[in-house]
Amino acid sequence: MTKDLVNAASSWIVPLLILGIPTYAYAAKRIRVYESFIEGAKEGFQIGVRIMPYLVAILVAIGMLRASGAMDWLVTILQPVVAWFGFPVEALPSSLMRPLSGSAAFALSSDIFKLYGPDSFVGRLVSVIQGSTETTFYVMAVYFGSIAVRRTRYTLAASLITDVSGIVGAYVICRLLFQQ
Amino acid sequence: MNIVWLLLIAAAVITAVFKGTMPEVSNAAFKSAATAVELAIGLVGGMTLFLGLMRVAQDSGLVQLLAKALRPLFRLLFPEVPKDHPALGAIAMNFGANILGLGDAATPMGLKAMQELQTLNPDKESASNAMCMFVALHSSSVQLIPVMIISLRAAAGSRNPSEIIVATIVATLFSMAVAVVVSRSFARWQGRKPQGAPA
Repeated sequence: MTKDLVNAASSWIVPLLILGIPTYAYAAKRIRVYESFIEGAKEGFQIGVRIMPYLVAILVAIGMLRASGAMDWLVTILQPVVAWFGFPVEALPSSLMRPLSGSAAFALSSDIFKLYGPDSFVGRLVSVIQGSTETTFYVMAVYFGSIAVRRTRYTLAASLITDVSGIVGAYVICRLLFQQ
Repeated sequence: MNIVWLLLIAAAVITAVFKGTMPEVSNAAFKSAATAVELAIGLVGGMTLFLGLMRVAQDSGLVQLLAKALRPLFRLLFPEVPKDHPALGAIAMNFGANILGLGDAATPMGLKAMQELQTLNPDKESASNAMCMFVALHSSSVQLIPVMIISLRAAAGSRNPSEIIVATIVATLFSMAVAVVVSRSFARWQGRKPQGAPA
């Protein structure tokens, strides 16, 4: 039921925005909405072209890393550390993958759901982690690529700390809400 | 970023040597490059649409209205940005779209915000403090309803797919707070170094 409501709401938002914004602009502010739209839309293509080299650089590195199997090793190394905190080891691969690749992290979460069920503690924890972390490398490549900034200074460090804090926050809140 | 990029690639190649996965790694390099170009091209359609819509919203003053409502928050997050600067409007729209779960709309608005922040940036090659804060905030995945994960849970036969919403919001708020504190601390710490020092 909730899901239908959520899906219905999501499909309404975009058409309503596309209708609502120009209607307001035209009716209340007498803006020449069509010309205004075209003027803004002109930049779309250049941005796409500008981010391409940045995306290729980062996605190739991530793609190679995934194909090599290095993530399995990283999981093996980190397992004892997270286990010491009581964090379920099963949730580690999808959490580690999240900053690198959203689709891969979702695939790993899907595996967890199949193995342990979406309503298990691990299943819920993985869900919350996916919702409170982000594909940091992709966002950075696109955002800084679009304005040709090459030195990103402390952004990566700050973003990864934020991702880790999302995982920690997810774990703590799940312990409070979902553990019997 | 230079070191991280090299590390990712080195880790891949070294692991491949030991695991014998070199053919896969070689394939992945070419496939990922092609995927990256497809992704960039795929972004163009939505980007053009929402950049157009964004201009209409800007011309009609809607964006400025939203930015004004969020002004107290922005003073805290982006103290370097003047209070009526268009960057804040674009940032407000980007957060708005993210909260509503409109990823396709959020990216063009986020990129518009980066463009506006770049006009305030004294060194066009390195990120300004406001940019670092803005991008780091993205890592906390500002979203009211995580639509993707809810559909995934539903598909896996969950009894209550949306029961994770509240927990997700709490975790997100926590990591947002961390993003703000960490970015501000970095900004203060790096402020003591000469401007434009390589990170």
